[in-house]
Amino acid sequence: MQIAARESQGGTILDLSGDIDLAHSPAMRKALLGEIREKRTPKVFLNLKNVRYIDSSGIASLVEGLKASREIGSRLILYSLSNTVREVMQLSRLQKIFEIYENEEQALSS
Amino acid sequence: MKSSNGKGRKASRQFQADLLLKLEMRSNPEALCLVRATLERTAENLHFHSAERRAIVRSVDEALANVMRHAYEGKSDLPIVVTFRRLYGQNQPKSCAGIEILLEDQGVAVDPAKLKGRALEDIRPGGLGLHFMRQSMDEVEFSRKDGKNQLRMVKYLAIPKTASGSEGE
Repeated sequence: MQIAARESQGGTILDLSGDIDLAHSPAMRKALLGEIREKRTPKVFLNLKNVRYIDSSGIASLVEGLKASREIGSRLILYSLSNTVREVMQLSRLQKIFEIYENEEQALSS
Repeated sequence: MKSSNGKGRKASRQFQADLLLKLEMRSNPEALCLVRATLERTAENLHFHSAERRAIVRSVDEALANVMRHAYEGKSDLPIVVTFRRLYGQNQPKSCAGIEILLEDQGVAVDPAKLKGRALEDIRPGGLGLHFMRQSMDEVEFSRKDGKNQLRMVKYLAIPKTASGSEGE
């Protein structure tokens, strides 16, 4: 899994790629919570277009990030979910608790 | 101790089983991607369609992650054996009815109370792996035998609907 960060629209975009599984979800969790809790970034965008696989530990990290963002009044925004990620979101019935957009343009203008 | 979660669609005991593959691995999370790739190809060869393949891969990945995190408490050098078997109907040795997957570990015994998973309405990190397995597989059965945890999962191959109504192979 790879994580790249870039600044945009008053927030930070984290471009994630590869597999988010038990081996790699700790790195994503660290990057995500670093943006939210330490940098207190007002908007954190997660670009999931190139995520091939996500397991329950990855989903748990996203939920933890969402809770952290709500605690400090910031926003966690997901976009460009691959079919695999969308399927797992649906299985866990979490798609309605996250802010999810079809693409980067929609996410940034939200 | 035995905990079953069969959906009752079919009874896999009516099928015979051929060994396809036996993996001996360590409880290192870095190995998970190798198992996923192997299983994806195995399920493809058995003619599971893409959604079923993702379901099988997801279930085995979650099961292995549970062994690593809970049974082995994060230790990364302990043994896990994963066995894949092709299921077929009696007198139909060339056909495939499904896949049976057996995971064995020597970790701490699974607590039956923890096999219930959590309510999905309870939004919090964790507790989703078991839910994924039960949603994705036709049979999920935990047992403890000879000091080992055993998890047996079965996924049946959907019977393709053809114009003639025949099953095909």
